[in-house]
Amino acid sequence: MSFAANLPLFSVVGCLLASAVSAVLRAKPAAWVTRILAALVAAASVPVLLLGLKTGTAVTYTMGHFPAPWGNELRFGILEPLVSGIFALVLLACVVGGDRELKRDIEPAKQNLYFVMVDLVLAALLALLYTNDLFTGYVFIEICTIAACGILMIRQLGRTTLAAVRYMIFSLIGSGLFMLGIVFLYSLTGHLLMPNLKTAVAALWASGESRTPLLTAMCLITLGLCIKSGLFPFHFWMPDTYGYSTPCSAGILSGLVTKGYIFLLIKIIRCVFGVEVFYASGIQSVLYVLGVAGMVVGSISAIRVNDVFRMIAFSSAAQIGYIFMGVGLSPELGTAAALFHILTHAITKPALFLSASRLSEASGGRKRFKALQGAAHRNPTAGAAFAVGCLSMIGVPLTMGFIAKYLFAFAAFRENRLLVPTLLALAISTVLNTFYFARTLIRVYNTRGVTPVPPVRLRTQPGYAFAAILLTAENVVCGILAQPLIEMLTKGLSVL
Amino acid sequence: MKKQTKPKLSERLRAWDAGSFDLTASIDPDPPVPTVEHDVRQEDLPPLVSLSERETRGFRRLYPVLAAALSAVLVAFLLSAVLALPPYGAADNPPHNEVMERYVSQGLDETGAVNTVAGVILDYRAFDTLGESHVLYTAATAVMILLLAAGGGREEPPSVRRIMEGDPILRGTARVQVPVILLFGVYVILNGHLGPGGGFAGGAILGGGLILYVIAFGFEPLERIVSGRVFRVGIASALCFYSAAKCYSFFCGANHLETIFRNGTPGAILSAGLILPLNVAVGLIVALTMYGFYSMFQRGRV
Repeated sequence: MSFAANLPLFSVVGCLLASAVSAVLRAKPAAWVTRILAALVAAASVPVLLLGLKTGTAVTYTMGHFPAPWGNELRFGILEPLVSGIFALVLLACVVGGDRELKRDIEPAKQNLYFVMVDLVLAALLALLYTNDLFTGYVFIEICTIAACGILMIRQLGRTTLAAVRYMIFSLIGSGLFMLGIVFLYSLTGHLLMPNLKTAVAALWASGESRTPLLTAMCLITLGLCIKSGLFPFHFWMPDTYGYSTPCSAGILSGLVTKGYIFLLIKIIRCVFGVEVFYASGIQSVLYVLGVAGMVVGSISAIRVNDVFRMIAFSSAAQIGYIFMGVGLSPELGTAAALFHILTHAITKPALFLSASRLSEASGGRKRFKALQGAAHRNPTAGAAFAVGCLSMIGVPLTMGFIAKYLFAFAAFRENRLLVPTLLALAISTVLNTFYFARTLIRVYNTRGVTPVPPVRLRTQPGYAFAAILLTAENVVCGILAQPLIEMLTKGLSVL
Repeated sequence: MKKQTKPKLSERLRAWDAGSFDLTASIDPDPPVPTVEHDVRQEDLPPLVSLSERETRGFRRLYPVLAAALSAVLVAFLLSAVLALPPYGAADNPPHNEVMERYVSQGLDETGAVNTVAGVILDYRAFDTLGESHVLYTAATAVMILLLAAGGGREEPPSVRRIMEGDPILRGTARVQVPVILLFGVYVILNGHLGPGGGFAGGAILGGGLILYVIAFGFEPLERIVSGRVFRVGIASALCFYSAAKCYSFFCGANHLETIFRNGTPGAILSAGLILPLNVAVGLIVALTMYGFYSMFQRGRV
């Protein structure tokens, strides 16, 4: 076995070790541990990705001396290392780019605990990506849920606490339903390992026996993950959660944590339920309808709010809608488009949150649109990064957002399925997106009625500048050279 | 008299959006002074539309009814699904397959643990348990984030002090019981691979013993042994040992290498390879976490 196949294990265990060590470190070394860790995880995913591309198959990695189904197992092909590498880079950008806000928002005695939680979030996300066992998935969902609550409530304002309680309730309901679903599946099939489950579920579906509990299990698992990732109508935790947490947490939660759950759902649809069974069950239609509804409702809510963070948060609800629309649309091209949009959103949303925070900082800490008038001239770096993020969310060419929308439309055309509703939903949602993002852009670049002040220099905010350049470059490079990425995603989907 | 204007529908919707049934306002009439300089400005929060009691009456009446109806539908749905499951405990149920077969028939040979449960959770499926112990650690850290009080904690509430100072029955009982409880906890941990027990159960017993001790005698005597630093270093080193040892064993297993750990003679105290040290690590984590929770809730620090 190639040595590269060991790297996913080392990445997960490295995150766990780093989290334990950070508990006894001071804030500054703990921050550096997290940064180096994220960079190493991103670097470690490259050989794994190359291995997957070279062999063109998935590697099964036995965790210990006992092969699955007796022991635990990791499984990775092309998608898992690709997504984990991008996730680690985005996490690095969030932690580095939100450094000043972290110092501002968190009490000094608790700052190292923040990095403990971030390391745990990364460990849980990696395990969710790499696992080949449904129960291991559940265990790391638990870690992800609690750690996400931790990085949210560490900013102790009244509203943040309220948001954390709401997030926790939603998230725990989601975990509970997911767990119930696993229990049903286990009672029906006696397996927890994904390939064995897939065989058993296919046989059970073909025999037509126990249809009710099988459908119930599928509904519960899908519903649980939908609630946790904030699909309409379960998106009500989003605005407060993202609006009042520290920007680094908002970026990690919106960009990575929700996406980890969606990735797990896609993996479960492929490797547990099986594409034929899932797309014959009717659940995909519900996902499609809720996704389309989320695209429209999220955008309308975003237009109505008066606070830039809440606007970006509601826009997240709309983007989650896109992803689920793709999953509901079709198992091949639609899901590939959804995967591309997962990456788009994971790269764009943290950039938007971090930039909005700097723009609001340059406007005296205010978050109302009126106060942001001309903010891009007061902090040009943040203004530029914000602009690229907005354009990507609208879907302007040369950004990832354009490719994502193109792929959704392409999937609908090519598979000639739900053509009119998909195109209509894309059109309406794009118009709405343009409305609120363009409005904000004009606001931050318009200097009418604002007394000019000397702009914030790049070198006074090195951390943020690094994050802004990293995320913007990823966005533009992936937006221009999208073809290899799309090929990797479609190929990865076929070997998942 | 000025007529009170009713809020418009759009305002109500916005209030709903903003989560403006702001529960924190009624819970905490005297909010703590923000330690963070850069606070959220009041005018940046969404406007609170105050709805009078009469106006929310409809909502408050309708809400429990709708919630109960929804729950009833869900319960009926889930119960009907459960009724269609294979009967509980039947011999030919799907979970009675080759997985369970091997655990029961070869568990002793392959793991060296007389206690099959310990063999399953700490050897066959050790990665899940590695995750589980980190769930505890995550929860402990989250509680610390929530309750760690600024400025090094506070004294225990006077009501608790009164109990522990003036109660001879509590102190006398604790004096007799705590050593036995702690010893039993250690026994359950060390015996985990030989019989029922293990790190999770034994750690809970140890933690309970420590809590009983501090209720009876206060935190000061125990602080000489379990200080805040010992707490943090103890949990961190137990977790590090667990992760590192299991990483080594996973790595060896996946690459078909022999590990340095031997199964030994089943039934001997030093047997079953890594299971005994892992049980000790898990026991330490669980005991310290439980004690840490109590201390956090009681006085805002460990």
